[in-house]
Amino acid sequence: MLKLTDVAVAYGSFTAIKHVNIEVSKGEIVVLLGANGAGKSTTFRSISGISKLSQGEIHFQGIPIGGRAPDKNVREGIVQCAEGRKLFPQMTVQENLRMGAYIHRKNKAEIRGLLEYVYHLFPILKEKHQDEAGSLSGGQQQMLAIGRALMSKPKLLMLDEPSVGLAPLIVEQMFQVIEEINREGITILLAEQNANAALRIADKGYVYENGEIVVQGTARQLLANDEVKKAYIGA
Amino acid sequence: MKILTKRNGLIALIILAFSFPFIAQNDYYLHILTLSFIWAIAVYGINLLSGYTGYLSLAHAGFFAIGAYSLGLLTVKTGMNFWLALVGACLITCAIGFLIGLIALRTKEHFFAIYTLCVGYIIYLVIDKWEGLTEGVRGLIGIPAPGNIGPITFETAASQYYLVLIFLLAVILIVYRIIRSLTGRTYMAIRNSEDLAQTIGISTMKNKLTAFVLSTFFAGLAGALYASFIRFIGPDIGSTSIMFDLLMYLLVGGIGTLSGPLVGTLLLVILSQNLQFLQEYRMLIFGPLLTLIIIFYPRGITGAVFDWQSKRKGKKMSGVRKEFPIKAEEG
Repeated sequence: MLKLTDVAVAYGSFTAIKHVNIEVSKGEIVVLLGANGAGKSTTFRSISGISKLSQGEIHFQGIPIGGRAPDKNVREGIVQCAEGRKLFPQMTVQENLRMGAYIHRKNKAEIRGLLEYVYHLFPILKEKHQDEAGSLSGGQQQMLAIGRALMSKPKLLMLDEPSVGLAPLIVEQMFQVIEEINREGITILLAEQNANAALRIADKGYVYENGEIVVQGTARQLLANDEVKKAYIGA
Repeated sequence: MKILTKRNGLIALIILAFSFPFIAQNDYYLHILTLSFIWAIAVYGINLLSGYTGYLSLAHAGFFAIGAYSLGLLTVKTGMNFWLALVGACLITCAIGFLIGLIALRTKEHFFAIYTLCVGYIIYLVIDKWEGLTEGVRGLIGIPAPGNIGPITFETAASQYYLVLIFLLAVILIVYRIIRSLTGRTYMAIRNSEDLAQTIGISTMKNKLTAFVLSTFFAGLAGALYASFIRFIGPDIGSTSIMFDLLMYLLVGGIGTLSGPLVGTLLLVILSQNLQFLQEYRMLIFGPLLTLIIIFYPRGITGAVFDWQSKRKGKKMSGVRKEFPIKAEEG
């Protein structure tokens, strides 16, 4: 479904990622592991089209998408849920969700259906649909960010550190929801530092270090890998 | 049964505005008010781009001048009917705005402000130096007053006041409809974070360009009204000092608010009229006033009132709300 071949992204003279090869099949959950600044977010940005590739090619459903405009990618089903729970803080919860359905703006019935779906997934958002997004708690903001991404009916959903800064109980719920979204047929690419929780729901994973992939394998292999254990799971 | 509702207040204000010619003792006040309404239309244009979309343009006095000169040249040199010339002036301003926007919007933040400052100055220079077309520093004389609509003429101060008032109300209504629509929320999404806007599928360039062209439309409309109201225009109307006046009206009134442009323009125009006796020393008052407002009330007087109201309602206020709207969040 998604294939990155020898991808590199440079910001000026600084090379953020290089020699990145990733393959994601339809219906999978694939996790990118690595410390801050290892290149996970840059990989996302290159896939969504925000960062330009300096080398390599990206294919989505067999079509090369390197250099394609981000809004075109969203319309084709590649949706990124930005890290740091970026919302529109002055808008209400519902307005945020409606903004997420921007590409379906001409189809009111579709938007209503999508709203129902997101509210079913996150009942708390329905309760707070009139509140300003900026007034929500951290976990609720993260739910809203994911909900907003779902509003565009993604085929591939990229989640950038959905668990960062959340209480353990909320983290667990978050991963359950991610699994549920995946069961609906949405392919998920997940960037995480919480390797343990992420690998438990993932099919396979890639480990980043300094902008390059150093280890890759199925989730089970990675969970058993000594280096991964030492670096990310603390066993 | 609340009498002091927002709606009733608005109706009272509109009634007051319409009855003003009967209340005002002389035409001088009408003249000042008409002029402030014209400036306010231009400020609404700047607000749409700089306040709601987050791109601080310093070229809009230039677009104001383009609107004014287009109307002036079309009516004086080609003898075109006023109303046709008014439409023509707006279209010319939009067309030039479109071309400039295509280039200017490739830059961001400070660079956009600096770039548009240069564009504004270039427009001023072209008007000033292209004597064959614009008469240069001598200015354009004999611009006709707005043409009749059937039996209605626009020769008196009161009738011109009403004409400009109706345009202003229409502009406010249009801006209100825009910012309440998905288009408006799209602009605000771009202001908030362009990256984020892109990740939800917004074509940022297309939307920024429409916001830019729309805002030049309002500036051009204001310029055209100015030309037919004052009947004489010189290159000075496109100067940077006019630009900074307009910007000051916007910042004092409240950038990124609906009523800010009108509040700021009225307040400062009237204040500056009452301080005429101080001549150029007026700036000694405006300078510190502007600095204080920007430091303590980054969303201007209107923004300060909103914040005070929502605090009083005990609404939960988040820190982000008060964030200066020009600045896009980085992340």
